[in-house]
Order: sequence, then C-alpha cells, then structure tokens
Amino acid sequence: MDIVTAGASAGVAPPGAGRPPAVELAAVAKTYPNGTRALDPVALAIAAGEFVTVLGPSGCGKSTLLRMIAGLAAPSAGRIRWWGEGFDAVGRPGRSLAMVFQEATLLPWSRVRANVRLPLDLARADRASAERAVADALALVGLGEAAGHYPRELSGGMQMRVSIARALVTRPDLLLMDEPFGALDEITRAKLDGELAELWRRQRLTVAFVTHSIYEAVFLSTRVLVMSARPGRIVHEVAIDEPFPRDDAFRVSQRFAQACRALSEALAAASGPQ
Amino acid sequence: MTAPAGGSRLVRIAAPAIVAVAVLAAWQGIVQVFELPKYLVPAPADVAATLFEDWGLLWRAALITLKIALAGLACAIVLGTLIAFAFAQSRLVEASFFPYVVLLQVTPIVAISPLIVIWVKDTELALIVCAAIVALFPIVANTTLGLRSVNPGLASLFRMARASRLQTLVRLRIPSAAPYFFAGLRISSGLALIGAVVAEFVAGTGGHGAGLAYQILQAGFQLKIPRLFAALLLITVAGVVLFLAMVWLSRLALGRWHESELAHES
Repeated sequence: MDIVTAGASAGVAPPGAGRPPAVELAAVAKTYPNGTRALDPVALAIAAGEFVTVLGPSGCGKSTLLRMIAGLAAPSAGRIRWWGEGFDAVGRPGRSLAMVFQEATLLPWSRVRANVRLPLDLARADRASAERAVADALALVGLGEAAGHYPRELSGGMQMRVSIARALVTRPDLLLMDEPFGALDEITRAKLDGELAELWRRQRLTVAFVTHSIYEAVFLSTRVLVMSARPGRIVHEVAIDEPFPRDDAFRVSQRFAQACRALSEALAAASGPQ
Repeated sequence: MTAPAGGSRLVRIAAPAIVAVAVLAAWQGIVQVFELPKYLVPAPADVAATLFEDWGLLWRAALITLKIALAGLACAIVLGTLIAFAFAQSRLVEASFFPYVVLLQVTPIVAISPLIVIWVKDTELALIVCAAIVALFPIVANTTLGLRSVNPGLASLFRMARASRLQTLVRLRIPSAAPYFFAGLRISSGLALIGAVVAEFVAGTGGHGAGLAYQILQAGFQLKIPRLFAALLLITVAGVVLFLAMVWLSRLALGRWHESELAHES
C-alpha cells in the first residue's frame, strides 16, 4: 500500500488524466437470495478527482451499491471494474479503497491514535512511518490533540472525524462514504460537510458519497445521481457546476436553492405518487 | 439525584455492615435468652471461638478447597476458551458439539462425581475435574457469544483491509469477546467452588488432603456444630474472595473502555 508519500508537496498529475475511471459499473444488479430486488441494473463510472453523491430515499439500495464497490458484497449480475481491472488489483499502489461507515465504528478498547493506525497495522506498515501518517491524518481532521483519548471520551462528531482520519491514513485513491454524518445533529453535520469539501479539494480525493440529504448532496458534490426506491435504480443525474472552495455563502445562494429544487423534483418523480 | 461519590460509597459499605452487626447481635441474644444448646444452634461467639481454636485445621482445609476450586476454574478457562474458539470458527463444529456441552452442563455433578472418582485415581485430581466440569459451561457459552458479537461495521473494515484470520481474531474478535468472557468468569468462579465442595462431599477425601466439605461432614457426625458453622463461614468467605478476584481482573482488563466497568460518569 502506498502510505506516507508526501502528499501535499508532490507534483500530482491532473486528476483522471489518461487513466481508466476509479470505478466503473456495467449493468450491476443485486437480488437477494429471498428474491428481493435491491438494485436494478445500474451503470455508472466515477473518474479520479470527482465527488459523486448517490442520493435516494431510505432502502433504495444505495448502501448496497457502495458495499459492492467496496468489495463487501458481490453483484448478482453485471460487472464492476476498479481502475480498469478486477477486484484482485484493488489495494495495489494507486488502487486503494477506504470506507467510512454510517457510524464511526471505532475500536472502543483502543485510543484514537491506535484506531487511526489500524489500517496501517493490518497492512503491516512499519511503525515509524505509520506514526507519522497517523499524526498527519489526525491533523487533517483537526484532532491532533485527541490522539491519546478513548473513543467514548469524544463527541459523536469527533468520533466521526477519527473515522475519517482512519480512512485517510492510507491515502485512498477512492474514498467511499456511506451516510457518514447521518447520525449527527444538523449543526455538526453542516460543519463536517464543510470540512469534508475542503479535504476533498486540498487532498485531491476521489469520493463516492451516499446520503439521503439533498442539501448535503448539493453542497458537497461535483455530480449527483438520484436513485429511486425499491427496486433501486439511477433515474437522474445532475452536475453541480459550482466552483470550489464552497462556503456558507453557497448554502444560502440562489444557485444552491435551484440545484436543491431540481434534485427534489427528481426525487419526487422517482418515488412516484405516495 | 447526584449524591457525592464518597457518600454513596460510605453507604454501600456501612449499610450492609450495620445489617450484619444487627443480625449477629440478634442471633447471639436469641441463643442466650432461650438457652439453645450449642449442638443445635451455636451462638456467633461460639463460632468465633471455634474458628480461633481450630484455625490451623480449618485454614488448611480452606486452602485445599480453594486450591481445588482455582485449579478447576483454570482448567475450565483454558478448555472453555479453546472450545469457544473452535465454535466461533465454524458453525458446523458448534452445531455438532454444542449439545454435548449442554449435556455436560445439565447432568448434576453429584450424579457423575462417583464415576469420575472411580476413573481418576488421584482424588485431588478427580475433584479438580469435577470443579472444571461445573465451571466450564458459562465460559464456553459466553465466550462463543462474545467471539460472534463483533460490530458488523468493524468486521467490514477488517475485510476491506484484507486482514488475515489471525489478525481479525487477535485485534477484533478477542477484544470484542472480553466483556462476555469476564461475565462468564464471574459465574464460573462461584460454580467452581460449588463443584469442588459438592465433589468432596460425594468422593470423600480424608487424611491430610481433606478440604472444607470433609470438615463439615466430620463436624456433623461428631455434632461439633460450631465447627460446622465455622467451616461454612470459610466456604462463604472463599466464594466471596473468588468473586471479588474476578471482578478485580475484569476491571483490570476492561476498566478503561467498557461500559460495564465505567464507574460513575455523569
């Protein structure tokens, strides 16, 4: 795994130049053994450097979609390619995945520092460089002070920051986020959304994000895919052509309201008459 | 209600102590007023005197019983966690063998200890086997449950990191199982003592290897009822000491992170 290469200073090529998409789904569908159709055939591609949000109501299969991209679930039909190759290639340099879950999912018996170091420990990275990477990742999420604390001593928002630091510590080439801020209060959520947008911009991340919040989708994304409920399928796609950095002024702007309305209508149309 | 921690602690210790003093005083009073014979109901003072006089004998017996209980508990821990690991690794293994662990649990130790005494030549070893059998089940059942009770998100995280089976076991399953294991250990510590005492009743020891159960039997035969009470008291004390030791161990292992051991937080 590629860890602790000086990320900020390295001269990185423009995102996506000459590379296959980070992930590409062709007619991917998921039917559970009991016959439930969780996901109808879906085609989508996420290029390096994009922030793509999948927006949909609860139970529309968007988490299933993300779990299949993460390699945690196998599609029942169709094909997924990661950087143009099969899942075996995932994890090699330039092809690493990381995921942030709905809850912080930290090891309660380990301090923050050890929690963030976990992916490096599991990959048997050497201790010194791992410690540096952990310090960097914690600094990115503004939690350098909390390294010695236990997760239970932190607020929900801080725990989620630790979870993000743990995902960033391996410098993933594709970051998957499954409603990471869904359990947080509105104020904390807006704050973390702002921080995430900055992280994405500065660290040149590629993010696949799942949410049921229209505002969150508009604020964060370069592109939003709207999904309909059972069986889930992608019914609409909207590019959010708003330059970064985005700040709180964007949240109250006319353009923000228009984008929200467009997505809201698409969602309503997708859900059908209630 | 936010009573200061010191006050509630005083109450926790003082309240039961007052109850104990009151009960002992009443007991002593009733025995003296009604002039009950010593061989029926000895007064607390008689029991205390016997405990003092026969201390050498009783203390040796208590140590032997405690040793057997601890050895049985140790065997149960080693065997129980190994069985739990095997169960947690494979549903098939668990489905095949769990009924027999239950069988071992529901068979009264009184009924099988004569058989064990016949099979195992060394009496002390036979008693240890009995104590271990009684103490085994809570450890197997709890640890298996604990090894399976892994946060699904964390399990996904380990899978995505392509953690090896060993890494997942050591870094995820075992710590997740620890609170369950220690809960089982508390139950098992008491059971091991019961197993040791019951088996000695059935097996009978005698000679210098005699534990508290033998002293109780002998005291009963000879109508030395104060000594019987003193031995009973020592069994109780041994049980409490064992339990407290397990609580202390549990706090040592889980104190910093697990909810069950986080004392009083706002």
